[in-house]
Amino acid sequence: MNPDAATIAAGAPIEVDLTPIASGQDIKVFWRGKPIYIMNRTKKQVEEAQKVPLKDLPDPQTDEQRTKPGHEQWLVVIGICTHLGCIPIAHEGNYDGFFCPCHGSQYDSSGRIRQGPAPANLAVPPYTFVSDTKIQIG
Amino acid sequence: MSGPSDYQPTNPALKWIERRLPIMGLMHSSFVAYPTPRNLNYWWTFGAILSMMLALQIVTGVILAMHYTPNADLAFKSVELIVRDVNYGWLLRNMHAVGASMFFVAVYIHMFRGLYYGSYKEPREVLWILGVIIYLLMMATGFMGYVLPWGQMSFWGATVITNLFSAFPYVGESIVTLLWGGYAVGNPTLNRFFSLHYLLPFVIAGVVVLHVWALHVAGQNNPTGVEPKTEKDTVPFTPHATIKDFFGVSCFLLLYAWFIFYMPNYLGDADNYIPANPGVTPAHIVPEWYYLPFYAILRSIPNKLAGVVAMFSSILILAFLPWLDTAKTKSSKYRPLAKQFFWIFVVVCILLGYLGSQPPEGIYVIAGRILTVMYFAYFLILLPLLSRIETPRPVPNSISDSVLAKSGKAVASIAVALIAAGALLVGSAQNARAEDHGDSPPGNKWSFAGPVGKYDRGALQRGLKVYKEVCSACHGLSYIAFRNLADPGGPGYSAAQAAAFASDYKIKDGPNDAGDMFERPGRPADYFPSPFPNEQAARAANGGAAPPDLSLITKARSYKRGFPMFVIDAFTQYQEQGPDYVAAVLQGYEDKPPAGFNLPSGSFYNKYFPGHAIKMPKPLSDGQVTYDDGSPATVAQYSKDVVTFLMWAAEPHMEARKQLGLQVFVFLILLAGLLYFTKKKVWASAH
Repeated sequence: MNPDAATIAAGAPIEVDLTPIASGQDIKVFWRGKPIYIMNRTKKQVEEAQKVPLKDLPDPQTDEQRTKPGHEQWLVVIGICTHLGCIPIAHEGNYDGFFCPCHGSQYDSSGRIRQGPAPANLAVPPYTFVSDTKIQIG
Repeated sequence: MSGPSDYQPTNPALKWIERRLPIMGLMHSSFVAYPTPRNLNYWWTFGAILSMMLALQIVTGVILAMHYTPNADLAFKSVELIVRDVNYGWLLRNMHAVGASMFFVAVYIHMFRGLYYGSYKEPREVLWILGVIIYLLMMATGFMGYVLPWGQMSFWGATVITNLFSAFPYVGESIVTLLWGGYAVGNPTLNRFFSLHYLLPFVIAGVVVLHVWALHVAGQNNPTGVEPKTEKDTVPFTPHATIKDFFGVSCFLLLYAWFIFYMPNYLGDADNYIPANPGVTPAHIVPEWYYLPFYAILRSIPNKLAGVVAMFSSILILAFLPWLDTAKTKSSKYRPLAKQFFWIFVVVCILLGYLGSQPPEGIYVIAGRILTVMYFAYFLILLPLLSRIETPRPVPNSISDSVLAKSGKAVASIAVALIAAGALLVGSAQNARAEDHGDSPPGNKWSFAGPVGKYDRGALQRGLKVYKEVCSACHGLSYIAFRNLADPGGPGYSAAQAAAFASDYKIKDGPNDAGDMFERPGRPADYFPSPFPNEQAARAANGGAAPPDLSLITKARSYKRGFPMFVIDAFTQYQEQGPDYVAAVLQGYEDKPPAGFNLPSGSFYNKYFPGHAIKMPKPLSDGQVTYDDGSPATVAQYSKDVVTFLMWAAEPHMEARKQLGLQVFVFLILLAGLLYFTKKKVWASAH
């Protein structure tokens, strides 16, 4: 009763072209049935994210741990609130990140939980940079 | 099994069967000769009511399953096709959906009866635990059933509840993947939920057999809590309990019919008339009302695992009742302290239910935590404590002694029932209209509102014209076929007129023998074509916001009524939230947004649209559509007409529903009356 072969195949890795995403913009793609936010963060957002002290974070992770070296402006996170699975809204909330409308969890510009009932940061899916303008998710 | 059966058939054929499979003797000893305490009140009829509801759900469910398609792309439409095209499909669907709610109403009353009268105490512990198992199975079945229509609430409720299991350490993620059959709630999930939803009711039926068996071994409890001692304490089940059960069933059927025929969507959620969209989360995810108290308990605890454990514990704790409440006196009738705390507990449950439907903010959170503590304190602290310190009143010597010293309680309960029925009747006669509360849509007088509401034919025809000339440029109406325009209860066109109307349209068909798609004139069996081939094209042409299909819009929209309006609505039959909202949005455009309001470019200010910034430009202006029948060509008239038309599009069989409802109500009232007097006659000898 575990996922069958067709479902697993439909979950094969996808490639996403990053060139249409301007600085400050984000897109949402679906992979394995889950929404994935790909954000082209502004310099300001990157600096904010990197400066947050770990002690302020309920689920401590540095911004560097959540991005790829040399590609720090790109944030790729699974857009599923770690509380009960709703999709947080990008560019909302007090931390210049995400806001989940279901129960009020707030994530920052690195997708880390800052406030609200969610226990963990937004998950980072497995992805690699195929080139500077293309990533493969999965 | 435990009844005195002297049953011997005289018919030789029956004798032949009886010797080989003594089923008739079993039925006779269990349901005819079976000695029943003579002092049972009407709270004891709910066992029969529950059996009837289980049978009804299975019968309606099996027939619905003949027409339902459990595939994520087809499920929503298959349910709409059942409602629109299957003979009496609308009735089957209403019976099944409302039936689930009624099933839970009955089970909660049945359980509260058990709590009050101590029906879980020795020797009925196993009977009670079997009941808890049945309740858990009912909750699983109800949850999976709600997912099947694959609306927004179905999908997102499934997402939230299946995610709960991820709280368990180590095994959590694997359990969730097994439930989903994939990486998220999707088609595999829907398929397996359908399979299990079909299976579990039969498992429930099996456990019910065990439940009745356990009951018959111990015998029924009764309002005094004193077990029958002599034959004077009991009466044979048939005709005494049977006729009382029938009467109770007929009253329950009245309540059932009220919702089926007059308020079918009251207990549901408007969001479930929007097809499931994995990319859009509804603003308020709420389970069905019968899960609300447990949802409130879940959300009260800020820790994910602790919340899940608390929620499951709040149900499982029921199984431990016989060992938590060890007082010797069974019935709360003779336990003054326990009786008061019981009623406080009932209020706690109702308040928890209300909180479960509210957003978890502010005072609701604090109240939820206090009530959760009170809920658990009732079982874990209060009942064990009372067992030790309470001095009960003396119980009567025997059942027959208590029957001889009758009280006037019966009169009081009849009075309550009459008042409730009276309120329902008076309420339905009122002109139910929405209140005017600032941003709440203003109330309108709709021709289709109320128990004898009908669609105004003229309004339907004018509304069709408005749809065709204005709305159809951007909005589809894909659940309406041209032939529906000639259906009874609709705009009232003849079949020939509907065919002529259809032939004006160009419908894409094919492939032809050369393998090409081609265009042909529309036929009555065709559906209204949508202006865009897919959602992406719709978005691209409309600044990123896809214009929704209008077939169900008046049932898919609502607005918060608040307390106490939503209680009063059940009596006044107000269910026009959708039409009032749509009419308000159509007329709610304002050229200048109020000072300080930041209107994004490309959007328009609308007084009634949530967030006030709507992507649709003002669609209606005076004089835009010419009416042939002399009705005023104003925005207000267009709005009224097109909303009436859209209400018909959302529910073409409304007139048939209300008409049949009236017939059913008359029948049930007569039936209840006749059964009541029969019951009085049967019981006259017993008193």
